[in-house]
Amino acid sequence: MTSATDDDVAVDPADFAQARINASLNPQQKIHFLKEMLRIRRFEQTALKYYNQGLMGGFLHLYIGQESVAVGTVSLMGKNDHIITAYRDHGHALAVGMGMDECMAELFGKATGCSRGKGGSMHYFAPDKNYWGGHGIVGGQTPLGLGLAYALKYQNKKGAALCFMGDGAVNQGAYHESLNLAALWKLPVVYIIENNKYSMGTTLERSSAMRNCLAERADGYGIVWDIANGEDLYEVRAKTDSAMRRAHEHSLPTVLEIDTYRYYGHSVADANAKKYRSPDEIERYKNHHDPIRLWRKRLVEEGVITEEKIEAIDDKVKEEASKAAQFAIDSPFPAPESIFEDVYWEVDKQTDAGMTGRHFFGD
Amino acid sequence: MPLITYRKALNDALAEEIIRDENVVIMGEEVAQYNGAYKVTEGLWERFGDKRVVDTPISEAGFIGMGVGASMLGIRPVMELMFWSFAYVAWDQIINNAGQVRYMSGGLINCPIVIRGPANGGTNVGATHSHTPENFIANTPGLKVVCPATAYDAKGLMKTAIRDNDPVCVMENTLLYGESWEVPEEEYLIPLGVADIKRAGTDISLIAHGRAVITALKAAEILAAEHGINAEVVDLRSIRPLDEEAILRSVSKTHRAVLVDENKPFCGVSAQIAATIQEQIFDELDAPVQRVCSLDAPAIYSPELEKIQLPTPDRVIEKALLIC
Repeated sequence: MTSATDDDVAVDPADFAQARINASLNPQQKIHFLKEMLRIRRFEQTALKYYNQGLMGGFLHLYIGQESVAVGTVSLMGKNDHIITAYRDHGHALAVGMGMDECMAELFGKATGCSRGKGGSMHYFAPDKNYWGGHGIVGGQTPLGLGLAYALKYQNKKGAALCFMGDGAVNQGAYHESLNLAALWKLPVVYIIENNKYSMGTTLERSSAMRNCLAERADGYGIVWDIANGEDLYEVRAKTDSAMRRAHEHSLPTVLEIDTYRYYGHSVADANAKKYRSPDEIERYKNHHDPIRLWRKRLVEEGVITEEKIEAIDDKVKEEASKAAQFAIDSPFPAPESIFEDVYWEVDKQTDAGMTGRHFFGD
Repeated sequence: MPLITYRKALNDALAEEIIRDENVVIMGEEVAQYNGAYKVTEGLWERFGDKRVVDTPISEAGFIGMGVGASMLGIRPVMELMFWSFAYVAWDQIINNAGQVRYMSGGLINCPIVIRGPANGGTNVGATHSHTPENFIANTPGLKVVCPATAYDAKGLMKTAIRDNDPVCVMENTLLYGESWEVPEEEYLIPLGVADIKRAGTDISLIAHGRAVITALKAAEILAAEHGINAEVVDLRSIRPLDEEAILRSVSKTHRAVLVDENKPFCGVSAQIAATIQEQIFDELDAPVQRVCSLDAPAIYSPELEKIQLPTPDRVIEKALLIC
């Protein structure tokens, strides 16, 4: 099987634009997708600037290069569709509609952060937007995604759980256990493998045994699978739509592998980001396979928007990102007392249960 | 009051909560059609059907994690681990997901899940099946853990655990499943975080949880009959939240304490209790706090030796006499 991101494979621009889910798109929607991808990129570039200035702690796993995956898939979500992902989670968070302010403030460890400064980069959450994180352990979220699907089915809701993971997560046992349960109980979960070719510094070839692709392993569980070229937003949408319809209409799981690429290291702290792959490779992706660049080009070709208007959108998005950074800088750190908040629901709500017995120890 | 077994008390608690709340679902290996490896869920599948009582494959990380995910959306799963020893296979799901997701989300999420099953040695099944991880769970803020010692406590604590909006780990004991106690027919709940004085006394406090309470009670009878020592037995019932006041009250009265604990001694539950006593009521103590724990090696198979690896009344008496 050839990967559609190989240089010698030409993308046929007509194909997936004609898919039912894409043919009905109006210009505003197409422009909205561009804006959402730009929001993710500018947000992260801004975050990177401050991370490098030492204003953030911990890790910063950047999504830059993969924006079409989050924006394309999330654009299909309805009221009863839910989403959960791993630690490279900024893109999905912004795509579901979380604000740059609370996302940026979380990186700065501020009280105004989406998780009140308790989660950091890897742990964004917005249950009100059906966004269930933001999970730090590779593959650890795969049973949780299954549980969201289980709950939907239990409550007789017509929905899907989109569970994202990286290509490094496919070798975790929890994922395979989840696939077995998903198939056994016909649960409406879509496992989306964002295959960016590297599990930290280890190439796909050195980490994963496979016949043709990672998604194909689903065959062993009798689960329908597919592979999509992530640089094409139309293709991402078309194939995700088909997987989500399988969940909605038949309560069946799908494994969808989306080919993509990250420009930065595993995290910003990845000292070998340009050692385990050549700078040429990164440049090649930036120049020929960048999802935002390709979408811009396509929208201009379709006559949906002009380059000038795109620049105007980009300027606005950059401004939104720098305002978010200022908001984060100006925000207070959480109060020391808040260390003991958000541990137990019953304690937070001061119920009888929460006020009975000692819940916290030490000083 | 009717005498019923610890097993039946748990079974009644599960049935009552299934009836009360449509979101309660029982899951685990062999819980449905097989009627439960230890028959705790006997008859529930027949009564309540496939939706409410679900057999899982042998896949602890998968199904426990699935339960955690479902609980985030309002389902109230009661997950059986055939042995709590198998929790280690699902450790990431229990500790990182059930235990931390509320905190990491800044309080946006809660997981009303119960994870239950037996956690005990003493059945000659070797080290992999004899773990008592209540100290590990209690060491994880975000999780709660209870260890009922009697049928009455098992039922009341289980019902409360299911209604609690945080993850609660219920650690039962296979050696107690067949033992009977008086249990009222009318409904009752036992709050988490409230200890129970199982035997009132004046001379020494024996502080225990789970089956160690039964060991302590036996020791107390012998102490009274043969040594004229009137021991008080404090059953913690709940490890986290912990009824610290009950511990301090009892020791302030008796001025002596032996902590009886089937956990291992190093960083076990009794280590925490000992620290609490010396920190808060040092001046009340007339003697150093003593501990009787499982002997500090992996659980041995040999039936003759495993009997003495776990706390015995004799070892409790020996420690009590040391300080009385």
